[in-house]
Amino acid sequence: MSDRDRERLFTSSPAPVVASFEELEAEPIIRREGSLYADAWRQLRRRPMFIISGILIVILAVMAIWPGLFTRADPRACDLADSLLRPSSQHWFGTDVQGCDYYARTIWGARVSITIGVLVTACATLIAVLLGSVAGYYGGIVDTLIARLTDIWFAIPTILGGIVILRSIFSTRGLLQVSLVLIVLGWPTMLRLVRSAVMATKEMDYVDAARALGVRNIRIIRRHILPNAVAPVIVYATITVGVIISAEAALSFLGVGLQLPAISWGLMISVAQNRILTAPHLLLFPGAFLSVTVFSFILMGDALRDALDPRLR
Amino acid sequence: MATTLSRDAVAGRPVDPAAPLLAVEDLHVEFRIDAGTVRAVNGLSYTLRRGETVAILGESGSGKSVSAQAVMGIIDSPPGFVTGGSVRFRGVELLDLPEAERRRVRGDRIAMIFQDALTALNPVFPVGWQIAEMFRMHRGLPRKEAREKAIELMERVKIPSARTRVGSYPHEFSGGMRQRVMIAMALSLDPEILIADEPTTALDVTVQAQIMSLLAELQQQTGMGLILITHDLGVVAEVAEEVVVMYAGREVEKGPSLPVYHQPAHPYTMGLMDSLPRRDVHTERLQPIKGSPPDLLAIPSGCPFRPRCPYTREICTREEPPLAAVTPERVSACHFWEEVSRERAGA
Amino acid sequence: MGRYLIRRLLQFIPVFVGATLLIFIMVWAIPGDPIAALAGDRVLPDQVRQEIRDRYNLDDPLIVQYGKYMGGVFQGDFGDDFRGRPVTDLLGQRLPITVRLALLAFGFEVVLGIIAGILAGVRRGGFVDNLVLISTLVVIAIPIFVLGFLAQLLLGVRFGWFPVSGVQRGLYSYVLPAMVLGSVSLAYIARLTRTSLIENLRADYVRTATAKGLSRRRVVGIHTFRNSMIPVVTFLAIDLGSLMGGAIITETIFNIPGLGRAVFEGVQRQEGTVVVGIVTFLVLVYMVANLLVDVLYAVLDPRIRYE
Repeated sequence: MSDRDRERLFTSSPAPVVASFEELEAEPIIRREGSLYADAWRQLRRRPMFIISGILIVILAVMAIWPGLFTRADPRACDLADSLLRPSSQHWFGTDVQGCDYYARTIWGARVSITIGVLVTACATLIAVLLGSVAGYYGGIVDTLIARLTDIWFAIPTILGGIVILRSIFSTRGLLQVSLVLIVLGWPTMLRLVRSAVMATKEMDYVDAARALGVRNIRIIRRHILPNAVAPVIVYATITVGVIISAEAALSFLGVGLQLPAISWGLMISVAQNRILTAPHLLLFPGAFLSVTVFSFILMGDALRDALDPRLR
Repeated sequence: MATTLSRDAVAGRPVDPAAPLLAVEDLHVEFRIDAGTVRAVNGLSYTLRRGETVAILGESGSGKSVSAQAVMGIIDSPPGFVTGGSVRFRGVELLDLPEAERRRVRGDRIAMIFQDALTALNPVFPVGWQIAEMFRMHRGLPRKEAREKAIELMERVKIPSARTRVGSYPHEFSGGMRQRVMIAMALSLDPEILIADEPTTALDVTVQAQIMSLLAELQQQTGMGLILITHDLGVVAEVAEEVVVMYAGREVEKGPSLPVYHQPAHPYTMGLMDSLPRRDVHTERLQPIKGSPPDLLAIPSGCPFRPRCPYTREICTREEPPLAAVTPERVSACHFWEEVSRERAGA
Repeated sequence: MGRYLIRRLLQFIPVFVGATLLIFIMVWAIPGDPIAALAGDRVLPDQVRQEIRDRYNLDDPLIVQYGKYMGGVFQGDFGDDFRGRPVTDLLGQRLPITVRLALLAFGFEVVLGIIAGILAGVRRGGFVDNLVLISTLVVIAIPIFVLGFLAQLLLGVRFGWFPVSGVQRGLYSYVLPAMVLGSVSLAYIARLTRTSLIENLRADYVRTATAKGLSRRRVVGIHTFRNSMIPVVTFLAIDLGSLMGGAIITETIFNIPGLGRAVFEGVQRQEGTVVVGIVTFLVLVYMVANLLVDVLYAVLDPRIRYE
């Protein structure tokens, strides 16, 4: 599968293939001054998609950092006598099997999800940018090696790989271990993206100009290529946060992710499985929060992409 | 290539035998986008007669391609709209025709070829298939016959080993060969008008010459009218009888090509001529026209060329110059065309 | 075309070796006692331990271990469970069920996804377009297991339209799980088709086709369609991987005795060898499928044949 298609897959941002006659004739010849980012910011401020997802993400981030703001109850203060209560004014979301306040648990669950999402994405992006820009810029053997390496990783589907690694290697699975596995499974896609973005930018004339002037390679990468290649990476990183949060939940649901007593939405849903008919609230609340979280990150990614890629408007 | 269809009617309407092949009059085309209204064509008029070649000359953004697309009726609408004027093909008004009828004229009676054959041809279908499609769709020919016709056409435009290459894909051909494929496709149904939008811009100089001479030859054979859109002055001089110089969506000078070349009557035309490197005149530096083409969202008042014109005077800001008759066959849209044309008198 | 195929095969081999080696190392060669890790909390008598060591050649050098392991794989030996039953038996039992589920999901997602994408793409910004964009976003955002439970609750229990457990009702039992399994992929396919179509509708060759006097229907349906499908086809290759992961979840939720559920059971019962065996098998399938799709890609896009 060609890299162009992989990139297209994950960003829906078309690689420059055909010019559009519509634009050639319709756009004014003299353009407004302003960088891509200034333009993008102006656009973003107006879009409802961005505003909505932005607000949601801020709320979730606050929820993750200061869960105490949303609930004063202790998610671990459980009274068996209160087991499986329906939502009421005392317990907004009811209680779970152990008698813990479900609302508190749900709020505290945000911390795990957001932390893993951001941590994994940040690390995977870092690795991907480092390796990907080297691979894309220098090409040749380095590129082939890195490309084959990522191919190998690609050959193993995420969930399957996650199950095998988590089962076989780790006896205790905490935040760190799960994050590590997700980073390892996540960087190949990001790398592919960075690599093709760098390769596309490398072809641009201003890079040739810089080289002709004798600028050293590292400097070229840092100041000319990366800033321009970084737009699809931003978009994809945002979407990846959502995907990782979803993946952690799936792995925890399957029993190979976080373990009790960690508070994770996926874990909560997994426990809720056997009781969906009798106590649907056990499934619905974490499920809803999980969905809204993933949704807001993907929506944000979409909004960023629309703003940063002028051709898709 | 004889056709069996009657050429005395256009979409069911009878032709006017006295009318020229194509008469474009006061054409206006706008694009309505977020940032405003782009006035791409602002009152263009020209005429094309049988067997004649009219060259439309101008920079990017002059509206030359858009005007051709308006004639073909292939402007994306929205955001593009033909807001005024008339396009008469043998006396029949094309802009009034319903789309279904217009489609029948397209490709069959008026054909168009484009600049970059690599992107203009569909990459996933063989060239023979794409040429034969004209016969299959417009004439209802069965596949085999259509294919034979395609091979004939490829031979006519001098593509070697046509029979073996009819199943090849566009990217397997060189630039010049690809352009010949496009020409073959355009000429398949013996159109009466061929519009060529920058057909040689993407090609090497030697190949350019080959393609231009091919077009000339084919035109001789068929007697079709040729509208050549280009920004290449050299090509125009050799090929066109009449030249229309466009700027900011309208013609600024129009007339027989050689007189216009030797004695331009408009500062823009003169600027174009002066910017060419010439073997016979020794110059230290090339003389480009200063400034850049206008923003079509906000065309300057009065004469649109005013900001870049060395002859500009107060009246140029106030009044848009009318098309003045320089000779019975030439017009120029400049208040001071007499002064301008005297610059080159005796050259 | 021939050269392209050979190159793809040559690229395939190191990836194949690399991936299988990776799995192998992760399971058998990490520091610590691999048998203990695989057995989980189970306490194994020494004799069983020794049997396992022999069975998987754990006393041989790493390369030899791997070699024998792969040799076994090519002969259909994917390991045994802790009672000595070969994983291959399990595969034979469960595979057909999962195949049925997967094919159904695949058909569902491809047909509906492409149609939705086309309808959205041809009238960009229209009602259908926005509808498709929003609904696909929602489907992608909701994790598949939440979707599965919701579907079970609403469509299965509340409305009683579909069976929610097991495969007693023949093919009908597969319908709801297949829809859930294919849902996320459907969303991606619809979006991809839409984007691809929009991009192609602005291409130069569309202008040429229109200038040829072809009807809009032909221009979109024949000229752009083929070009638009190219990225979708390549997506389907990756999709198989997510279908596998999704199958584990879906089969668990809907109680379908397929390969996915077998993996889940293996995890639950701490049958590490079973999990590894099935996963190895699935990875092989995935790699071969990708290779096939690469070939299909060359058929669709003649430019690739000369890359």
